[in-house]
Amino acid sequence: MAGQLINDFKNGLWQENPIFRLVIGMCPTLAVTNTTENGLAMGIATLFVLLSSEIVISTIKKLIPSNVRIPSYILIIATFVTFVDYFLKAFFPSIAASLSLFVPLIVVNCLILGRQEAFASKNPVHRSIADALGMGLGFTWALTLLGAIREFLGMGSIFGLQILGAWYKPMIIMVLPAGAFISLGILVGIMNIISREG
Amino acid sequence: MNNEQLIVTSSPHVRATDSVSKIMWTVVISLLPAVLAAVYYFSFRAVAIILVSVLGAVATEYIFQNVRGKEVTIADGSAVVTGVLLALTLPPTIPLWTVLVGSAVAIGLGKQVFGGLGHNPFNPALVGRAFLMAAYPVLMTTWQLDGQTTATPLNLFKMQGIMTDVWQLFVGHIGGSLGETSAFALLIGFAYLLYKGYVNWRIPAGMIGTVFLLTLVFGQNPIFHLFAGSLMLGALYMATDMVSSPVTKSGRWLFGFGAGLIVVVIRLWGGYPEGVMYGILLMNTAVPLINRYTRPRSLGEVK
Repeated sequence: MAGQLINDFKNGLWQENPIFRLVIGMCPTLAVTNTTENGLAMGIATLFVLLSSEIVISTIKKLIPSNVRIPSYILIIATFVTFVDYFLKAFFPSIAASLSLFVPLIVVNCLILGRQEAFASKNPVHRSIADALGMGLGFTWALTLLGAIREFLGMGSIFGLQILGAWYKPMIIMVLPAGAFISLGILVGIMNIISREG
Repeated sequence: MNNEQLIVTSSPHVRATDSVSKIMWTVVISLLPAVLAAVYYFSFRAVAIILVSVLGAVATEYIFQNVRGKEVTIADGSAVVTGVLLALTLPPTIPLWTVLVGSAVAIGLGKQVFGGLGHNPFNPALVGRAFLMAAYPVLMTTWQLDGQTTATPLNLFKMQGIMTDVWQLFVGHIGGSLGETSAFALLIGFAYLLYKGYVNWRIPAGMIGTVFLLTLVFGQNPIFHLFAGSLMLGALYMATDMVSSPVTKSGRWLFGFGAGLIVVVIRLWGGYPEGVMYGILLMNTAVPLINRYTRPRSLGEVK
């Protein structure tokens, strides 16, 4: 019982990591990971929406007619995305400004809808919570790592703290979308090597 | 009957004596006139940039192949070709560490991640240059001639409407990247490759012909557009890369036409003064499609 919950949780962290393994939710992954802070904020926002909607959907899954399940899921997800959107605008206006359009777009993040369809609609609430935490944290650490690499190479800083001195000429490409593709590709490759050997 | 002398094998029955390394080293030799021209115009700087670029490319190839546990093939000359070609696309003022970054990216991201020689969809040298262009745009567009900062002929033309003398363009006494200044030196090297039969003429003919005709149609000086910028270097040496260009005859014409079209569009209406690099890289992505749709029919094939 507890072992199953731990497995559900660990699944998203590594084995079925949404970014490095399932390669879903690419739109925010590529668009907002230009700094560490943005990556982390996006990850946490997604984690919150994923967790809340998985709880609600796995609770009321028997009440939702299967013909209209997708619109129902979207409606529930959109409710929580609105929470996040207003919360960020009220308390972290600078982050809200830099994530801009990509916060409302969490509604159509295929990671969130995918987990409802694949997990929450078939499993009890406690397992859905474990799954949402694992997947959300897996998404968060991947986005933060990606953001850290791009910010480090592209601006010589991490979390806005200048680490490399003035001698470092920033690689501008790394904060551009092309840099996201390059670093994501290399990270997926490294992940494959690690899991093949491990 | 003496049956022992009958050998039954499947085709091919006639084999060429050419090998990858022979072709690659011939390409290196054919680049010598362009290298000498670069050294003549930019002196010691050019030597340093070319050396660093070649060393960086070969070292990256060596490290990658070692890590992947593959046979080390740095002696086949393909990394040297990439190194020299990359160096020829760089401005003479570029810092040497940038050259090293570029050659490492060219071989690492342009070639080895796809599985090494023969598997790269893009021309590795152009991948390196495209990366540097996006990573360090200022360093990549600072030009110098005779010790003075200057702009390239295409830039002068685009921003200020100044035409550079065509004869200067031909011999190469202009601002620009190491290898794109002298069209003359590039043509000598290309003639040698043609003589050796190691290069297909259809891609450069299609590309240069398209640029000539289209600039003529749009009322520009076509001769200027042929010799300015990196059209010669790109069309003769980059577009003809054996790995990343089409294999069929009609496909090669199509490839050359497409690359030429993109060059003209970027030069006349785009934000950049020059579009040869993007023209070739974009057409590289279309090569599998081109190969598929221009596949000649086999003898007797019924559709």
